[in-house]
Amino acid sequence: MDTAPNKNPLSLQIDVSRFEKATDEEKRQQDVMSESTTFFKDGMRKLMKNPLAVGSIVVLVLIILTIIIAPLVVPYSYSDIIKVNGKRDKSAKNLAPFEYSKQEQKFIDEGGKVFPHIMGTDSMCRDYFIRVVEGTKISLTVGLFASILVLIIGVLYGSISGYMGGKVDLIMMRIVDIIYSLPDMLIIILLSVVLNETLAQSNSKIIQSLGTNMVSIFVVFGLLYWVGMARLVRGEILKIKSNEYILAAQAVGAPSGRIIRTHIIPNCISVIIITTALQIPSAIFTESFLSFVGMGVKAPMPSLGSLANAAREGLQSYPMQLVFPAVTIVLIVLAFNLLGDGLRDAFDPKLRR
Amino acid sequence: MSNENTKCLVEVQDLQQHFPIKTGFFSKTLLKAVDGVSFRINPGETLGLVGESGCGKTTVGRTLLRLYKPTGGKIYFDGTEVTDRNMHSYRKEMQMVFQDPYSSLDPRMTVEDIIGEPLDVHKLYKSKGERRDKILELMGLVGLNAEHATRYVHEFSGGQRQRIGIARALAVNPRFIVCDEPVSALDVSIQAQVINMFEELQEKLGVAYLFIAHDLLVVHHISDRIAVMYLGRIVETADADELNDNPMHPYTLSLLSAVPIPDPETARAQKRIILEGDVPSPLNMPSGCAFRTRCRYATEQCARECPQLTDRGNGHMVACWNK
Repeated sequence: MDTAPNKNPLSLQIDVSRFEKATDEEKRQQDVMSESTTFFKDGMRKLMKNPLAVGSIVVLVLIILTIIIAPLVVPYSYSDIIKVNGKRDKSAKNLAPFEYSKQEQKFIDEGGKVFPHIMGTDSMCRDYFIRVVEGTKISLTVGLFASILVLIIGVLYGSISGYMGGKVDLIMMRIVDIIYSLPDMLIIILLSVVLNETLAQSNSKIIQSLGTNMVSIFVVFGLLYWVGMARLVRGEILKIKSNEYILAAQAVGAPSGRIIRTHIIPNCISVIIITTALQIPSAIFTESFLSFVGMGVKAPMPSLGSLANAAREGLQSYPMQLVFPAVTIVLIVLAFNLLGDGLRDAFDPKLRR
Repeated sequence: MSNENTKCLVEVQDLQQHFPIKTGFFSKTLLKAVDGVSFRINPGETLGLVGESGCGKTTVGRTLLRLYKPTGGKIYFDGTEVTDRNMHSYRKEMQMVFQDPYSSLDPRMTVEDIIGEPLDVHKLYKSKGERRDKILELMGLVGLNAEHATRYVHEFSGGQRQRIGIARALAVNPRFIVCDEPVSALDVSIQAQVINMFEELQEKLGVAYLFIAHDLLVVHHISDRIAVMYLGRIVETADADELNDNPMHPYTLSLLSAVPIPDPETARAQKRIILEGDVPSPLNMPSGCAFRTRCRYATEQCARECPQLTDRGNGHMVACWNK
């Protein structure tokens, strides 16, 4: 171009004449932007791309479906001895998977129908499959409810401490430090012994039907396990509070309630979800451990831990009885942990961008 | 006094902001972030506030909007004193644009909700449609497209984010905006766009600005008057051109000599005044004039007494014993 100034031969300045103008079509193509996504949609998309997380979801859904459907299909009850033709079958002791007892075999030979024992039977002539299913149900319920308990207490405590700041925060966090430093297993065992004594005298129907051990597990979770959640939530709120958008909202004149509702909670919800997802396997694990050492659910109610404990006695002769509950615990805990990791990868703002 | 009060929009008298800082296990020291600052801003005028980092510029801006409770001094808006009790109504008159366009916008909110928040808080609309119309109008005012309304802030560049922040400040139709280093986080080409937009908005809407920055060139470009701050005090105020051509305070001189000059030959001819030593800790301020530890002209008087701002003609105020 003749209007362009003379160029120094070593200059890196771009020669305008070597470019051609973009057509309108090309300009329009530059305008196309990707679909606007919300934070939640974006996170879900990332989660669905993670094969481990999707696998965990599938495993968990299958387990939950089994819990719901199995008791409807299988004609046995977890607490009753197997009956053949209305009579108790005392010979159906410690059967292998899909094996029939002598009485059942006789009944089948006569033309009767007997539902197969998918996982065999235990030493008390009860169908083992339905016991494992029932145990899984109880373990999962304990895990879920304990986590919800931890969620409520932890989030409330942490957010109050974080938002108030100052002396309130100082005192509340020292209490957390004290609880944190207690040896939790010791406290759990001591508490369940003490609670067993005191709760056994109460006539409340809810406590009786749940079993005192079960109640003590919840109390223990309510007392001890919320501290991690409280610390996390407090830290997150302190971080959010220092952001300028909180100042901006104050400058606009927004009241504290509105700031907490519209700015603080939406910004720490992902941390809360992730921590809860990781809390569930920890709760299941603790419950299984307690049941295994005999401080968990009350007989005849099974849980995965107490099933494993019962199987320990006949380990040499009937190893399958230990394998089934143990594998179920592993599956559930692993699936929740992987799901929690997947959620963190998908929702943690620090890992985004 | 009352006569002058009616003329000026914002008047600050002897503003103090002291923060208690824990220095030991039990002992506390006062950090005097702002120590006796006074200035006035007329309607539609821009006052530039310059000074190095940590000298209390941002604190002045935030205290002015009562984001911090001032420990001393008075703030008048339109002739009436602003107190905690009547502050809520003044939030519609005074707004703020923040420094960091990344942390000053909530990442979980759409642009529409961010700009709409002041409208929600002050209930400035009757129907959903009116709210949306107002938001779109504001977005047009700062040069954002209407289709940006439903997007989230992480989809925008720094300059666009700052525009969103400006639209939020304008939503309540304020007469005074504190601009807290609104361009220092942006790159130079975007800085120019945003600065020009500030000027256009001032022409259109007649707002007054307190423009806080550490870049003297930018401040000189946009301001009518400039105040120079050093360690919590104003050391010199003058009209923008007067300050640029005829700086008096030794600190202003050194600041001006540090401004980069585009032409290399003039730049070589200029002598830079390089300050010696570090900025004294605001926890342990020197006696008398705060600047004396780094000042070439310091005398005994500077150590004994703190100089007050005195008029050197044409409203050029300087706080120095020797100049």
